[in-house]
Amino acid sequence: MSFLTNLINGLSLGSVYAIIALGYTMVYGIAKMLNFAHGDVIMIGGYVCFCSVMYLGLGTLPSILIAVVACTLLGILVERLAYKPLRQAPSLAVLITAIGVSYFLQNAALLIWGSAGKVFPSLLDGIPPLKLFDGDLSISGKVIVNILVCLITMTALTLFTGKTRVGKAMRAVSEDKGAAQLMGINVDGTISLTFAIGSGLAAIAGVLLCSTYPMLMPTTGSMPGIKAFTAAVFGGIGSIPGALLGGLLLGVLEIFCNAYISQELSNAIVFGVLIIVLLVRPTGLLGKPIREKV
Amino acid sequence: MNKKVFAIIMAATMMLACLAGCGSKAPSNTAAIKIGGIGPLTGGAATYGIATKNGAQVAVDEINAKGGLQLELNFQDDEADGEKGVNAYNNLKGWGMQILYGCTTTGSCVAVAGETASDRYFQLTPSASSSDVTAGKNNVFQMCFTDPNQGIAAADYVAANNLGEKIAVLYNNGDAYSTGIAMAFIDRAKELNLDVVAQVTFPDDSNTDFTTQLNEAKSAGADMMFLPIYYTPASLMLAQAKDMGYAPTFFGADGMDGILSLDGFDASLAEGLMLMTPFNPTATDERTQNFVKTYTEKYGAETLNQFAADGYDCIYAIYDACVKNGITAESKPEEICEKLIATFTSADFKIDGLTGTGMGWTTLGEVSKTPMVVEISGGAYITK
Repeated sequence: MSFLTNLINGLSLGSVYAIIALGYTMVYGIAKMLNFAHGDVIMIGGYVCFCSVMYLGLGTLPSILIAVVACTLLGILVERLAYKPLRQAPSLAVLITAIGVSYFLQNAALLIWGSAGKVFPSLLDGIPPLKLFDGDLSISGKVIVNILVCLITMTALTLFTGKTRVGKAMRAVSEDKGAAQLMGINVDGTISLTFAIGSGLAAIAGVLLCSTYPMLMPTTGSMPGIKAFTAAVFGGIGSIPGALLGGLLLGVLEIFCNAYISQELSNAIVFGVLIIVLLVRPTGLLGKPIREKV
Repeated sequence: MNKKVFAIIMAATMMLACLAGCGSKAPSNTAAIKIGGIGPLTGGAATYGIATKNGAQVAVDEINAKGGLQLELNFQDDEADGEKGVNAYNNLKGWGMQILYGCTTTGSCVAVAGETASDRYFQLTPSASSSDVTAGKNNVFQMCFTDPNQGIAAADYVAANNLGEKIAVLYNNGDAYSTGIAMAFIDRAKELNLDVVAQVTFPDDSNTDFTTQLNEAKSAGADMMFLPIYYTPASLMLAQAKDMGYAPTFFGADGMDGILSLDGFDASLAEGLMLMTPFNPTATDERTQNFVKTYTEKYGAETLNQFAADGYDCIYAIYDACVKNGITAESKPEEICEKLIATFTSADFKIDGLTGTGMGWTTLGEVSKTPMVVEISGGAYITK
């Protein structure tokens, strides 16, 4: 039974990683850049939702909507100001800029909301836990919501990039920017839209992260952001189902290490496994193999 | 044309001179003893630095209002980082600091203490609690308990009050403060024949999920958990313990102080939580009440915690020692350092403050005072 409990706890942690990883992988898959500020957009989403619940007294759904809108606008703004001028620059410059944006957002949050932690209101507590085996095993409502939201987001993103015109444009941009432009695709607009969607997802991830672990600080997004990035690489960065798989596996692995091997070494073991996986499959579990162009 | 440029430059110079004049007039006119302060005012640990700064400033304002010996506090930000702490220290030396009040966090304090020990500045830290801070340096003193001493005091208290048959200890293995207290507690518990059934730990950077640790403590049958961890992760841990229906007696160290001031924290989670803290803001004595009133009026209640009280006591300890030795604004730092060391380590030097009465110091720089244990009941501290 403790094995099952640990498995559920692992899935719960993993579902949070997965939903953050979806945003990472989406932006990387299309714009081919690592948006290291993603974790901090998540944090901003959490704060916006916190403020609209605590200070404006709005309900759960309107608050989440406001957070999504705010983060989408923030994503577009950041892209316009920080990343767009660097479209032709080497990818290293964009990467460094992203780290700069990450620090900027953290310190802006510190100025606005202060350094003391804020306890996030429990938005998902109304959902009853699922009890199995006569109540020996209980799966909390938060875990169920997290996993459901992950699955829905993943399906929606896959359908969106696969079936819609805009989605096709995104895949075209991802494959070859120059050729896409020649075909009459608005490359700049498509990349901006990718950021908008990625940041909107970040807001949802922020609300779920903060509902699961209800502590909100300016640094809240950074560690989960790094773990989720790892999960995205693990699953194959750029692959949408890979992000889900990578996130869940990483969460389960972390909890099992904690429970059965060593709490002190859990991070070392998790990242060790990542290195081994990347040695065997350099593009991650579900990543597309890279073809050498001759 | 040239004349015009000249006129503009002249006007600008005069304006600057005026501004400079205003600037130099603002700090107190009579010669004051220059006290440098260091702590994090930005970054993740900013709450602590801001509290120690404000608490000290309250004391400085009170002392200056009395007339007589005047103090001036210049507090620099170190972002809880050793390298930035040493930079701040060098800035303060350039400013003409005579006594150092700080640093706030252990890591930075160890780095700066190495410098003050060789430069011979007297240093009193409000809150850097590791024994590494004072080890091998006779000029560094602490206002807070050292980590091992706090662990020992906690084990003694648990044994004397029969708080638990089976004890689990949860600590942060990436944090010297947490590990220091936990190790001393476990050693002392063995001597006292307390049954420590589980030692569970988590790394510094993954401090949001405690389900496996709680499961381990629960399956080991622990009816008391000792938590020498900070209140931010503790608030998450308490919520997760409640979710899984595990309710042992929780006993925290002074890092737990502040949990009730968390914005939006459900105080019912902390009902019955016991913790060791040197400062209870709801205490009814006059001095505490005055401090709480002044502090809240000036800086709000959000950072009113033991760090603020430690800072207040530090300034009074420095002030008393300065008065005793006839230190003035002209005294050299090295001379002050030797005189204050002698005073602090003398047996008859006792300070009554917010964080303890009759506080004295050992030659190691460690404070000796009685620990205070409070229990949270109905969202407030009740002194035990």
